[in-house]
Amino acid sequence: MNQTEKKQLEIQACKVRMDIVKSVHSAKAGHPGGSLSAADVFTYLYFKEMNIDPANPKKADRDRFVLSKGHTAPGLYAALAHRGYFPVEDLLTLRHTNSYLQGHPNMNTVPGIDMSTGSLGQGLSAAAGMALAAKHQNKDFRVYALMGDGEIQEGQIWEACMLASHYHLDNLCAIVDNNGLQIDGNVADVMSPYPIVDKLEAFGFHVMQIDAHDFDQIEAAFNEARSVKGQPSAIVMKSTKGKGVSYMENQAGWHGKAPNDAELAQALEELNAHLAELEGK
Amino acid sequence: MAEQKKVATRDSYGKALAELGKEHEDLVVLDADLAGATKTVTFKKAFPDRHFDCGIAEANMVCVAAGMSTTGLVPFASTFAMFAAGRAFEQIRNSIGYPHLNVKIGATHGGISVGEDGASHQCCEDFALMRSIPGMTVICPADGVEAEAAVKAAYEYQGPVYLRFGRLAVPVFHEEGMKFEIGKGEILRDGSDVAIIANGLLVYEAIKAGEILKEMGINAMIINMATIKPLDEELVLKAAEKCGKVITCEEHSVIGGLGEAVCSLLCEKLPTPVRRIGVNDRFGCSGPAAELLEKYGLTANHIVEVAKDFCGK
Repeated sequence: MNQTEKKQLEIQACKVRMDIVKSVHSAKAGHPGGSLSAADVFTYLYFKEMNIDPANPKKADRDRFVLSKGHTAPGLYAALAHRGYFPVEDLLTLRHTNSYLQGHPNMNTVPGIDMSTGSLGQGLSAAAGMALAAKHQNKDFRVYALMGDGEIQEGQIWEACMLASHYHLDNLCAIVDNNGLQIDGNVADVMSPYPIVDKLEAFGFHVMQIDAHDFDQIEAAFNEARSVKGQPSAIVMKSTKGKGVSYMENQAGWHGKAPNDAELAQALEELNAHLAELEGK
Repeated sequence: MAEQKKVATRDSYGKALAELGKEHEDLVVLDADLAGATKTVTFKKAFPDRHFDCGIAEANMVCVAAGMSTTGLVPFASTFAMFAAGRAFEQIRNSIGYPHLNVKIGATHGGISVGEDGASHQCCEDFALMRSIPGMTVICPADGVEAEAAVKAAYEYQGPVYLRFGRLAVPVFHEEGMKFEIGKGEILRDGSDVAIIANGLLVYEAIKAGEILKEMGINAMIINMATIKPLDEELVLKAAEKCGKVITCEEHSVIGGLGEAVCSLLCEKLPTPVRRIGVNDRFGCSGPAAELLEKYGLTANHIVEVAKDFCGK
């Protein structure tokens, strides 16, 4: 991608990050850390990679995205809203009683959500089912699933990996957000999922490793994934939990906690400064 | 009663899938290394490219079925009741029930009539588990003919359905070509002294019990309640009002199944004395199915004993 396009994606991702902290603050609960670590990939998927139409969220031949780590819905919702699926101002109703923006993605209430998720370990299976259905029906849509590095401690993830490989689902791209932290601390200390790359390769995936916050690397990985035939792809992205908000970065404590008023103000000040820098103001 | 043709409802499940498959390209079947036992092998032989073995990984299979359904396919995910309703409960709840996806769970080997495999494989909790999921339809047909009709009705219905089938061959008493209506019970014998509401293989036992009771001067109404959820409330209330006494019979724990569904309805809308026949909060065990049904009191004779006592005879 050229520099202008890259800058546009960075600007978009920064706006997604602002809406993550604003919506979680408004909800007084939620998961900012993992939403921020995945903000760039959400942005890339919905603004560049996927064949989608916000005006027709259910169009049959669209690419699908399954947020297997469903608790990071604030990041996905922000990307969807900015992409035009629903009004950006609605993000402030996140987790409110009677809001369609449930704490975890609900495919029946939120335009653009392809699968209801939230219970860790199930989304990759559903994504594999979509990819298998596409193969079976000779449809050429692609399916993307984002997992957490803590989430892959769930055994069902590996059942899904076995199936994806067994059925040669080259239309499936699994993404692991390797921010290194889960609720109880470092993933390596709580229950090490490592070596993630070797495991996925052993399960038959074509695996790529990238920096989750570098759009050039993100683009290269998704392009490579599309060229792989006969096996599913996996992108293991090294990310920073809480990316973009200094006091949240690499802090397990910000996995599932809302910022208070002062913390929100500081987060927005930092993100606004970054945005101004990107926009060259 | 003359000797009747016997068929295991799991065989009817496989047969119905194969028949439906001829007319409906969107029907796909998933299994977890049990195609020979669940009888989805009948479908597999006819439509190998629409049968997906998921290996011994039921939780994954259920969610794969959920994903497939979002593209417009109608998946029937099959395994033993224990591993569908039991192991994959949370996957069914969250990935099928919550989004109300059009997935059918074909659960075979329900109840203790599984026989020799013993308690680990004898699921007597599936009605309770599946009933508790909002929007889930729960069906347990009584014989082969009804099982085939129920599979077809489940296909036509939009939304999640749990279908329970048995391993044991049981007498066929329905007429070929019957139409199954989800949520509607069936009066098999009218009566006024006691209403016996049964499902699964207990329906035939209830019919036999009704004949024995008639000889004793007890006029029992016999109802086949194949759909446990949504319950045919109108029929239960009508039967309770007419008979004043209700007996429920199921090859399931007395906790959480048909008996409790009937009791919940009656205690709120028409308090009526009820006796529940089922597995009395115990695990099953190994043995030939017929002996186990005897041991656990799931027979016509036991129904007769309970009814006699209930009616003060």
